[in-house]
Amino acid sequence: MKKTIDSEKVIIHLHDVAKHYYMGDNVVKAVDDISINIKRGDFVAVMGPSGSGKSTAMNLIGSLDMPIRGHIFLDGEDISSLDESELAQVRGKNIGFIFQQFNLIPTLTVKENVILPMTLQGLSEYERDEKADKILHRLDLYDRKDHYPNQISGGQQQRVAIARALANDPEVILADEPTGNLDTKTGLKVMDFLTELNKEGRTVVVVTHSSELAKKYAHTVYWLKDGKIERISKERKKAFEKVGKWKGD
Amino acid sequence: MKKLESGKGTKMNYFILAYRNLKKKGIRSYLTLLGICIGILAVVSLITLGNGLKMAVSSQFGVSATELISVQASGGAYGPPGTDTINPITTNDLKEIEKLSSVKAAVGRVMVTGSLEFNDKVVFGYATNIPGGDDRKILYNQLEAKAVVGRLLKEGESGKVFLGYNFYADKVGLGKPILPGNTVKIQGRNFEVVGILEKKGSFIFDNLVYMNENDLQDLFGYGEELNIIAVLPTDKENLEKTKEDIEKLLRRLRDVDVDSEDFTVSTPEASLKQVNSILNAIQIFVIIIASISIFIGAIGIINTMSTSVLERKKEIGIMKAIGATNHQIFMQFFVESGFLGLIGGGIGVLLGVILGYFGIIGINNFIGSDMQPKISFFLIFFALLGSFMIGAAAGILPAMKAARQNPVEALRG
Repeated sequence: MKKTIDSEKVIIHLHDVAKHYYMGDNVVKAVDDISINIKRGDFVAVMGPSGSGKSTAMNLIGSLDMPIRGHIFLDGEDISSLDESELAQVRGKNIGFIFQQFNLIPTLTVKENVILPMTLQGLSEYERDEKADKILHRLDLYDRKDHYPNQISGGQQQRVAIARALANDPEVILADEPTGNLDTKTGLKVMDFLTELNKEGRTVVVVTHSSELAKKYAHTVYWLKDGKIERISKERKKAFEKVGKWKGD
Repeated sequence: MKKLESGKGTKMNYFILAYRNLKKKGIRSYLTLLGICIGILAVVSLITLGNGLKMAVSSQFGVSATELISVQASGGAYGPPGTDTINPITTNDLKEIEKLSSVKAAVGRVMVTGSLEFNDKVVFGYATNIPGGDDRKILYNQLEAKAVVGRLLKEGESGKVFLGYNFYADKVGLGKPILPGNTVKIQGRNFEVVGILEKKGSFIFDNLVYMNENDLQDLFGYGEELNIIAVLPTDKENLEKTKEDIEKLLRRLRDVDVDSEDFTVSTPEASLKQVNSILNAIQIFVIIIASISIFIGAIGIINTMSTSVLERKKEIGIMKAIGATNHQIFMQFFVESGFLGLIGGGIGVLLGVILGYFGIIGINNFIGSDMQPKISFFLIFFALLGSFMIGAAAGILPAMKAARQNPVEALRG
């Protein structure tokens, strides 16, 4: 099969990307020469045990981290060659992050948290307000807009995080264990919402432990182990192949 | 409805972010501001007080005309004759000085302490002599003496006095203003008050009892001794020449060598200069102390902000993840640090202004002067700007540290 990168279809392309950490004399190969193509509009689940490099891979895709070698293309642009402030621009404009810990700014209200990414992009007060109100209505958070994060529930906090991720209308949503700190019911709601965003045409990448969620929501699943995309057990592979989502070798 | 909401937009900028973070800071962070607070307090109160003091001092000299040279025995300034001067200036010295060609006129001045009784109350203060003849005219001229009510003393009048303005304004503690026509008891003898001298704005002149020389001599018996000889030079442009002539004369008369004189001859400028140099020395001292406390304050801010960077590592990571550039992170901490300085400085300015204000009122009460506490908005503005800048400067290193955080590590917290 011929491998060419068609940036019309592929939004994220990792080419022989490696990230190693040095702990004393030990080298931890968090991500070890992996190549991935993520299609525009795909819903991807990245799975694997703890320490398998899922989060590192996520950080690399999200341009939070730089690989020691290899190239990362986002929307056809090689982000591994950008400087820090250009990377910040990429994160601010093209990517929306959602974290397991919600990671809201505690000193800001719900609405201010949503406004913050727009402020960083230099949007006018009027534009920010209009967009934030729209997003807050959409996530059913409008009546909570003046609350501080510690005054609302976990599920609501994660919705605020989603609202914040949507602030600059990014094409890619990266969610690192978004349901990890939520009860099952609330977690499913969050996943439903991510699906909704995916249906709008956004590319969603979710790191998750749960094969249930991966099977239910993802169109494509990557399984990582020891920094590599891993061959998995027949049963597991079958289960995913059955639903046509397997992307290992 | 919708319009109304978008009308009051949610503001957000570095200042608001800084404000929010400072609101959450504990008392510990604010204690570190004490240094800046004290430093700014010292500077502001010093400048407010210092300007007042300079004004007061200048006005004391201002009323005694700028072309007068004063001659005094060294060791005692305004003490009554014979008490604390070793070798007093005498009427003999005065006579000799008057003979000098560079001297147009010389007037002997005496100031004695005594009691004054009025309204069944007794106060103690200074009385001074009004000489006779041409000297009276010269003195009235130099003092620009005018009566605000009643009149001044005439030649040869006995049993009569005129008083400084504070007796009229009831500021000397007699419980009742003294008016022309009233009788006061000075050193147990009755005197009729003929008038009140116009307000001079000087605690010396405004608190004095003015009495014809013969009466004063009669009452106090100070003999030939004088406190000061006020000299009017022939050539106003050449005060130094007159000063040198007098010095030469007095060295001969009193048989002393150069540099071991028991008298001083001073021009008003020299006196002003001397007072100003003392005030400047005090100012330099206070400024050194202020600088030290501001320096310590700045180190406190560096410490607070460095701790803050560590504590808010995760927040920095989040900010970076949602698109903050290093510059934006830097600015956030930089502005916040500046605000921290501004808070310290602001409290310092407030306390400094209060201290300066009441300090001047206190000086007024103490020496009976009449200074207006002047609050300089220029000073306040620059003190606030300065403290913001000190805070911001102290925040540079911590802010750089914040900006350089690796986003992945920072997100881990």
